[in-house]
Parts: sequence; structure tokens; C-alpha cells
Amino acid sequence: MSAKQPAAKKAPAKPQARPELGPPCVEIEGVHKWYGDTHILRGVDLSVRDNEKVVILGPSGSGKSTLVRCVNGLEPYQEGKIKVVGVDLGGGAKESAVAKRKTGMVFQQFNLFPHLTILENCTLAPMWVLKTPRKQAEEEAMALLDRVHIAEQARKYPAQLSGGQQQRAAIARSLAMNPEIMLFDEPTSALDPEMVGEVLEVMTEMANAGMTMMVISHEMSFAREVADRVIFMDEGEIVEIAPPSEFFSKPKHARSKEFLSRIL
Amino acid sequence: MSAARPAPTTTAWQWARLNLFGSIADSVLTVVAAVLFAWFVWNAFDWAILRADWFGETKEACKSGGACWAMITARWQQVVAGYYPEAHLWRVALAMVCLAIAVLPVIKRDMPAWAALLAPAGVIASIAVLGGANILPSVPTDYWGGIMLNVLVGLTGAIFALPIGILLAFGRRSDLPIIKGFSIGFIEIVRGVPLITLLFMSSVVLPLFLPTGMNLDKLMRALAVVTLFSSAYMAEAVRGGLAAVPKGQREASHSLGLGLLQTTGLVVLPQAIRISIPAIVNTFIGLFKDTSLLYVIAILEVTGVIRQALSDFAWLGLENEGYVFVAFVFWVACFSMSRWSASLEQQSGKTVKRVEEPA
Repeated sequence: MSAKQPAAKKAPAKPQARPELGPPCVEIEGVHKWYGDTHILRGVDLSVRDNEKVVILGPSGSGKSTLVRCVNGLEPYQEGKIKVVGVDLGGGAKESAVAKRKTGMVFQQFNLFPHLTILENCTLAPMWVLKTPRKQAEEEAMALLDRVHIAEQARKYPAQLSGGQQQRAAIARSLAMNPEIMLFDEPTSALDPEMVGEVLEVMTEMANAGMTMMVISHEMSFAREVADRVIFMDEGEIVEIAPPSEFFSKPKHARSKEFLSRIL
Repeated sequence: MSAARPAPTTTAWQWARLNLFGSIADSVLTVVAAVLFAWFVWNAFDWAILRADWFGETKEACKSGGACWAMITARWQQVVAGYYPEAHLWRVALAMVCLAIAVLPVIKRDMPAWAALLAPAGVIASIAVLGGANILPSVPTDYWGGIMLNVLVGLTGAIFALPIGILLAFGRRSDLPIIKGFSIGFIEIVRGVPLITLLFMSSVVLPLFLPTGMNLDKLMRALAVVTLFSSAYMAEAVRGGLAAVPKGQREASHSLGLGLLQTTGLVVLPQAIRISIPAIVNTFIGLFKDTSLLYVIAILEVTGVIRQALSDFAWLGLENEGYVFVAFVFWVACFSMSRWSASLEQQSGKTVKRVEEPA
């Protein structure tokens, strides 16, 4: 259905009544990370509140992807603290497992499981981690697939879907675990241009429905319309945090200006 | 805009003109090759089928000048089951049924997960039926033999080598130095030694690891050696598959909250096994052919039975027939496995095209 959308379709306008921002959902305090001798995160402090949407920008190698992967628990960090809904990621094995489960992640390369159907992709984790009965898991998964407009593809395998459909399936798979916050690591940069719109549309719908989101993306229209704050990172640090209207029109920091001049 | 039209077709005659009779030299080569090929096929057919003698008590019965299959038919019982007592041959048939059940989960698709247990259960049941297991009259393994033994050893090796090989493959990728070292050491030592030496050694070395007084049966020792031997090759086949599963698959699974074991069993291994199917079946085929080596430690599998027949005065000088028959038995089995592998690949190729790798 959404494949028929015009290619350059902009995400629908932000509705007036957005729910209020809630208490902090993710709290990042003084996080440092090294890859071998490379100091990739150099003291990052950031708090994302419930229902807030932040878009993270920055040149490659700036540490934005590493930061999001740390929040998801995919990467360890050597110093500092990350809390997800009040639970410490660096706590004991049990505590960090709880914290990890509260975040959902969408990858640049989709990373759908190619040996399972789209429906099975979405029911695998609920059935094995949450012990949801198959029937209930399938019903919930079908509802989510309907939400991302690919319910009719449920019985197909990932390789039979277009890139845009695969990424939307990956979003549904993450949502199936009922995360408190969704993390997106360049969700549209592996897509053919005509499929970017359909994925951004689904993300915008999620945002409007009140999901907390941290999005790494260089899609300016999405950042302008959806983000509450834009975070600009460079060389492992947060350089500037500003509302999108401010950041794109009059960036304060020299490095932000230089970056924007290169991508706009 | 030009309308779509069907691609131009070539008739068989056009193809032959182009590829077989393109020039005078080509035409000569084509004719010579065709004549030689026809001559060879005709002679083989004439020898093996048309002029062959099928029945008789000694080679004196073979007078027509073709193949003397009488040696095989006169000894069919040994060819199939060795010196297994005639009154108990039904147990051989039952054991084969058990083995057929053992391979069911591999051949039949869409079986429930518990069906995998049929494989070891079927093998153990078939050994119990053949041996007696204190219920039926005991038949010592010295009496087992023939094609039955090749199938039994080959399948047992395959069914137990796969899980051991998977464990070794994970061991080799492990971060724990002891497990990694043991796996690499085992794989490299086993791969660096010919099976035939291991079989000879099994009668000397394996008993050293057993408690004194415990005497493990010769066939069981051979089974253990064959299984461990192919598990090293299996490990390398599976390792190739594990390495081919993109890192993002593990990450996606972890980010959904699946633990290490669940990620391995539900996400990584199913993909790795599918990727390694050709290499795994290749190992199966090699393993089945290697069962013919058992005759060097005086286990009477089909090659041994035939060699014994050849040393019988009644059948002296029938090496051609004997080895052609053995070759035929192995070829039928191995070619079926290869076809089966091709069908598996084709089937999984339909659904599991790889999702594009990051650039």
C-alpha cells in the first residue's frame, strides 16, 4: 500500500496535541569508551525524557553510533553510567538484562533473520524471552505488522521483500518486545531513495503515538518535523544540543556550522 | 517505445551446427568422440549385462565370457549382512528399518523439533537389535558384516559426528583459551593423520584410556574412531558456516533480549548449518567411502566380504567383477547423497537469499 506513496512524500505534519514529556527515560552520565587505544566516547552526558524524540547528528567516527549501541547494551563502556528507566545498564547481569530489554534497536542493515518468515521474526523474541504463547504472540505481531503497513507480507521471507518493507518489518520486530525507548541507527541510509519515505512515515507515526526515540539520521525533514532536540556530536563529545529550528537556522558552535555547511 | 518480444530461440539442429560441426576439424572430432564413446558404452553394457552369467556355484558356471556375477549372487547373504546367522536375518532387516527412521528427520521436511532425537535413538536401537541387548540371543559383532555394516558405521558416524563437530566449531571460536586450544588441537591432529593409522591405533591406544579389565568391542572402537575422525572435518565445515553468518544477526538477536544460547540455537546455528550443507554432505560422502577401510582391521564390511570371496578357490581371478560391484554399491549410495544435498540447497536457496551485507 505504502509502496504506492509518491517517492518524495514528506512525513505528515506534527499534530498539535503531543503528550507532555515525562520523567527521564535514558540517563547517560560521563560515559567514556575506548576501542583499544581509540578514545571513542569522551565523557557524554545526556538525558532523554519519556516521550521525547532526539535526533543525533555528526560526522562519521563522531561516536554517535557507538553511543546508541552502548544504550542498547551491545557495546560495553569503561567509565560512566547509563540508566534506562532507572535501571543501571552496568549493574549486575540480571539488572542489565532487564535494562537491555527496555530498549529496542533498528539497524542500518535491518538484520532481519533470513531463515524465518516476517511473522516468525516478530514472534521469536516474545515467545522465547517473554514466554508469550504462540497464538497471542502471532496476534500481537500481526497487529504490529498492520501498524507498519506490511501485514500482507507476514508469511514471506525477508529476501522476498523490498528494502523499505524489510526495515519496516525490523521496526515491528523491535516493537514486539514492548520497548520503552526505540533506538534507530541510520535506519534509512541503506535504502534506495524511493523507499526512504515509507520508513520515515512509519517512524513519524510512532513518534506521534508517543514513543520515546533516539534517532541517528541525516534526514533533515524528519529531524525538523519530529525531533524535540537535535544533538550534534563530534570526536566523541556532544558539541551542541538545540531544538531543530534553532540548530538548522543558526547553529552556535563552529563545528556544527561546518558540518551543516557540508551536508546541506 | 518498442514493444517487448520473446527472446530468439535456437533449434537443436542450429545448436549442433554451431557447436559440433562448426568446421571440418570440429566435425571430425565430433564423429571420432561419438564413435569412441559408443564403443565404450556398448562394450561395458555387453560385458556387464548382455553376456553376463548371473548364477552358479563356482566360476565354472561362467562360460559366456561376460561378467561373472554368480560370485555375488552365490554369496549375497554375506554381501548384505556378513556372517550374521541365517535364522536371525530378520533382525538385520529390522535394524535397517531403525536406521531408516534415524535418517527420517534429515530427509523429511517440517518435522517437529523433537524428531531430531530420532536420529541417535534409531542408531542405538539398530545396534541393540543386531547385538541382542540381553533380550534377543546375542550375536557378537564378529559376525556382523557386509553392506549392512557400511551403512551402520557410516550413519552412526554421520549422526554423532555432526553434534560433536558443531561443539568443536564453537570451541574453536571460543574466547576461553583452554576450550579453544583443545578444539584446535583435536581438529588439527585428527585432520593431519590418515584414518587408516587411527584405525590401527584404536586397537592399541583407545584401551589405554579405558579402565583395566574393560574390553571394548573392536567394532565399537572402530565406530568411535570413525565418528571422532569425521567430527573434525564436520567442525571445519560448520566453522565456515558460522563465519558466514553476519555479525548483525547476533546483534539483532541480543538487542531483542535473546540470550547467548537462544541466539546461538535459534538465529546463528540454523543459518550456519544451511550455509554449510554442501560441505557437511561432502563430509558424509567421504565418511561413507572411508567405511571401506574397516577391512584393514579385519572388520568384514562389503569390501572385506568381496576380498574374502576373491581368495576362495571357487572364484579365483574375478577381481574385475568384485571391485566393479563394490564401486557400484558405493557410487549408488554417494550419488544419492549428492542429489539429496542438491535438493536441500535448492530448497533453502528459494527462501534464504542472503540479506545484503554492509558495504
